[in-house]
Amino acid sequence: MHVVVLMKQTFDTEERIRLVDGKIAEDGVKWIINPYDEYAVEEAIQLKENQGATVTVVSVGNENTTQALRTALAMGADEAVLIEAPELTDERAIAKAIVAYLKDKSFDVLLAGNFSVDNGAGQVAIRVAHALGLPHIAAVTKLTIDGNQATGVREIDGDVQTVTATLPALFTAQQGLNEPRYPSLPNIMKAKKKPLTTLTLSDLGLSSDEVAAKVERVEVTLPPKRQAGQKITGTPDEQAEQLAEILVKALR
Amino acid sequence: MPKKVLVIAEQRDGKLRQVALEALGAARTIADGGSIVSVVIGNQVKDAASELAQHPQDKVIAIEGASLANYDSEHYYLALGPVLDEVQPDVVVLGHTASGRDLAPKISAALDAPQVSDVVSLEVQGGEVLFKRPIYAGKAFETKRVLSTPYVVTVRPNNLAPDAEQGGSAEVDVRAFDEPADVKTRVVDVQKKASTGRDLTEARVVVSGGRGVKSADGFKPLYELADVLDAAVGASRAACDAGYCDYSLQIGQTGKVVTPDVYIACGISGAIQHLAGMSQSKLIIAINKDAEAPIFEIADYGVVGDLFEIVPKLTEKLREKMAAARA
Repeated sequence: MHVVVLMKQTFDTEERIRLVDGKIAEDGVKWIINPYDEYAVEEAIQLKENQGATVTVVSVGNENTTQALRTALAMGADEAVLIEAPELTDERAIAKAIVAYLKDKSFDVLLAGNFSVDNGAGQVAIRVAHALGLPHIAAVTKLTIDGNQATGVREIDGDVQTVTATLPALFTAQQGLNEPRYPSLPNIMKAKKKPLTTLTLSDLGLSSDEVAAKVERVEVTLPPKRQAGQKITGTPDEQAEQLAEILVKALR
Repeated sequence: MPKKVLVIAEQRDGKLRQVALEALGAARTIADGGSIVSVVIGNQVKDAASELAQHPQDKVIAIEGASLANYDSEHYYLALGPVLDEVQPDVVVLGHTASGRDLAPKISAALDAPQVSDVVSLEVQGGEVLFKRPIYAGKAFETKRVLSTPYVVTVRPNNLAPDAEQGGSAEVDVRAFDEPADVKTRVVDVQKKASTGRDLTEARVVVSGGRGVKSADGFKPLYELADVLDAAVGASRAACDAGYCDYSLQIGQTGKVVTPDVYIACGISGAIQHLAGMSQSKLIIAINKDAEAPIFEIADYGVVGDLFEIVPKLTEKLREKMAAARA
């Protein structure tokens, strides 16, 4: 079985966002594998351990992205591919680059995160699947692969759905799918020797016209800062009484 | 410039969802006097489609089929495909809901179109539509402009004004969908959510628990409070990681982003990643033993105290007040 995982490097979720000259400052930021993609990587490695599989991790990014790819290799992925195209910001273009890489590859399972915690558009993986003619089950909290059949469990508006799909197919990972492992030191050392291929858009036969952005960011703003409000004091009974009054008023 | 806009109007159990009217409102702004066609997809959706047709538009299409009873990306896309070909929309608008966010990228890929996801507001400036959306789960916002048509937009529920135009008389075009033999995905089971559970992202009030709740049992008083307030129950990552509750309750940069009228944080310290998921709530109330907890820095009202003491008392008092108000 060949499992391909799409992943992205993002800011650590404990980072605050700072603007410098109207742009998001990246200096001194701690970078991580997008948490949802980390579930996808872990799921791929568990498939490898339980059923036997080769795991390829793919990311579109810049040179710095190799860190995240090396982490995935240290977790247990077999090979990594970096599509070095930091100029791509439009999800449509990023999906095109991934499709160009995957279109002549053979694989059974495509995994990705449900969405990225930075841009949060949730487009790339599903665009890729559609372009490759693959079915998908999004936001799975449980995945079972049996031969060429997959069963995914997903929450949708509070309901819990069980969905089957014929492979090859895409599954996007939701929280609760698994608990990603921490790479061990020996595995971090081993990961340094695993293959990591860097490709450019021209390696993939894509012209700059094909991946030209069709949406543009005009402005980034920070939300107004919230101020600490009022402390409610008194005995627990008095505090509860005041809260009840505040709530009744707020919801009137 | 006038545009041809297609709205994918969402229904649930045959009832039109509020987000469908919010999407229609956005479509009206984007259409700029052009045409609007809405599509409702599901098992029995004629009533939802008729309700939608009370809002002026050119046409409402209802696509019905037994295999559409539960949302599935493949079936819904197959049902929608002929409409996309027929309408040739300049813009497609959907709700950024579990199904909308799942279906939209398929439409975008099929149209080779750009997409702006999770829009919280839009405005027309110099004839051009500008879309505002959260990034980093609301730690920042970006404004986007689309450079070509066709394009796809998903709108976040509860953020845009629902369409207020009345007196529509568009015909409802009902079409049957037959499941093709070669489908690759199938919904084989659905467990309906417990009747107590309000959808977190749509609830007016959210009662949320953190590590301070201490156990799965500790969530009980929170559920009782939620019951009185017709609220949804949420949780912090710490509470989910500790196994006190299901991950589907998690609020934060990983998890759900909520913007209720009132957010009541119980035993939540206020990690940055949690704040990203709730700090856009209109009114925030925090109950925490630790007076130094960062949640107090953003709360409108803070109670330093034991949630196990305060929450049941609060529930009791609210019950009394509501009973008195009804009497």
